Amino acid sequence: MRRNLPEIGDNRYHRHPPVARSGYTGAVPDIAPATATIPGDVLARADQATRRYGDVLALDRVDLTVHAGELVGLLGPNGAGKSTLLNLLVGLRRPTAGQVELFGGDPRDPASRRLIGVTPQETGLPGTLRVGEVVDFVAAHFPDPVPRGELLDRFGLTEQVRRQTGGLSGGQRRRLAVALAFVGRPRLVILDEPTTGLDVEARHTLWEAVRGFHADGGTVLLSSHYLEEVEALAHRVVVIGHGRVLADDTVDAVRGIVGVRRVSLVADDLPPLPGVVATERTEGRTHLLTTDADQLVRDLVTARVAFRDLEVRPTSLEEAFLAITADDRPATTTV
Amino acid sequence: MPLALVHARYQLLEIVRIPVAVFGSAFFPAAAMLFFVVPFAGDDAAGATYATGAMVTFAVMSANIFQYGVGVAEDRDQPWNPYTRTLPAGPAPRLAGRILAGLVLTYLSMLPVVVIAAVGTAARVTAVQFLLGAATVAVISVPFTLLGLAVGYSLPSKAAIVVAQIIFFPLAFGGGLLSGPDDAPGLIKAVAPFLPTRGAVELMWAATTDWRPDQVSVVMLGVWIVVLAAIAGWAYRRDEGRRFT
Repeated sequence: MRRNLPEIGDNRYHRHPPVARSGYTGAVPDIAPATATIPGDVLARADQATRRYGDVLALDRVDLTVHAGELVGLLGPNGAGKSTLLNLLVGLRRPTAGQVELFGGDPRDPASRRLIGVTPQETGLPGTLRVGEVVDFVAAHFPDPVPRGELLDRFGLTEQVRRQTGGLSGGQRRRLAVALAFVGRPRLVILDEPTTGLDVEARHTLWEAVRGFHADGGTVLLSSHYLEEVEALAHRVVVIGHGRVLADDTVDAVRGIVGVRRVSLVADDLPPLPGVVATERTEGRTHLLTTDADQLVRDLVTARVAFRDLEVRPTSLEEAFLAITADDRPATTTV
Repeated sequence: MPLALVHARYQLLEIVRIPVAVFGSAFFPAAAMLFFVVPFAGDDAAGATYATGAMVTFAVMSANIFQYGVGVAEDRDQPWNPYTRTLPAGPAPRLAGRILAGLVLTYLSMLPVVVIAAVGTAARVTAVQFLLGAATVAVISVPFTLLGLAVGYSLPSKAAIVVAQIIFFPLAFGGGLLSGPDDAPGLIKAVAPFLPTRGAVELMWAATTDWRPDQVSVVMLGVWIVVLAAIAGWAYRRDEGRRFT
């Protein structure tokens, strides 16, 4: 069946131009987690977690387990239920049904949250407070916080320590917001779309921070609708759509699950073709995404389409992701 | 520093950086003092003292209803508020900090009333009465703090502003804050004992003059505190930040 789905180049999925890694000179935060982690420890868990907002089912019987030492990417379009799941895990909201656990306890119990680090939304920093004050405020909640100077230095905010957060640039605010997740030397850092709205350089600075933390044994659960971000950072991908877990596997496996291929060709006019999940036309070429490339080629031949320059290639995670989430699209809500 | 003090400090920092917010809650009682008390009861020592007590009560009520009702509702709209709820602290330090900061602002907001009373009227209290009055401010803040919290935690900010304004005037007039202790119109005399403002002002008068508080009013104040505490507690527990349907 042919659908007019968001096209591959659709900028909802913000592709970022690749950046030469060797040219990267930003600060690399080195914020070791407080406690040595035992690999395999369950740090966060959702068990058949369901959350409704009125009539809207935002999360539908979701199972998720995050083990110590993992770097898990939660991937899905806006409104898929990523934020709702993270909100349940950090104790902001209660599940309507099912269970969530943080370090074996109820996330709504403050003691369960002692070893997590969460990032506020960039727009949520109190505008009248100074950068140093915001860090001090958060640090006051933890027994052994990272010293203010050290933290700000690692996130490149030393010069802004006396600035009111309302006067910071978007990138600086975002860096401060992410820095706050690391103040308390957490074992598990939960980042909800940490790099939304950042330029490439700032994004890579934050990626390095996350990688450095993970390399030191820290555990990371991050959500993103930037596919590139999840591909670049995460080892394990959990794809969420319409409040359900659609896939939970390695980056490679998620790509493999759907087995989507890109069939591209030059043709003037195409008849309706079965099995095509997305279509894009660029520079005279037509790109068709399909789960069954062989059948598509047979169909093209049977339909006597006058095509040339046929190419069949594997897809990026982005394309795989489109294919998984394309199947059913009931009304969802952004939370 | 205990966490409650940390929260109080940052609450005050945020407020002080926009000083007009402090000015707002101090303005109305001070203006009422200048326009109604000074010209009409300024020379009468007893009348001016009662009127000052009433204006102090008025200041306590307006400062608390607005800073909690509107302040809490606005905070709930900000993404910073849910973030603070992910920090490893229960609601107690945050609430205690908020109330400490609120008390500081309440005392600040009545300074103009006290200064105007001392300079512009014949109102006089002894040192002991002054201190008793100052302590009473903290006591009568309780029902209005709870009222403000109940409004702030149960309504979105735009609704909270309207509701705070709507309940504020009937409480002030109905409780007899804008009339003398004995010369209120009949309707107000009938209604007043059942409003929390009346019990509050009776306590304030008892602290600063030789007034003997009306028992019905004081008992009703206790009832109000229990009811408002229950509503505020319920609203707080059901709050998960702003809701959308």
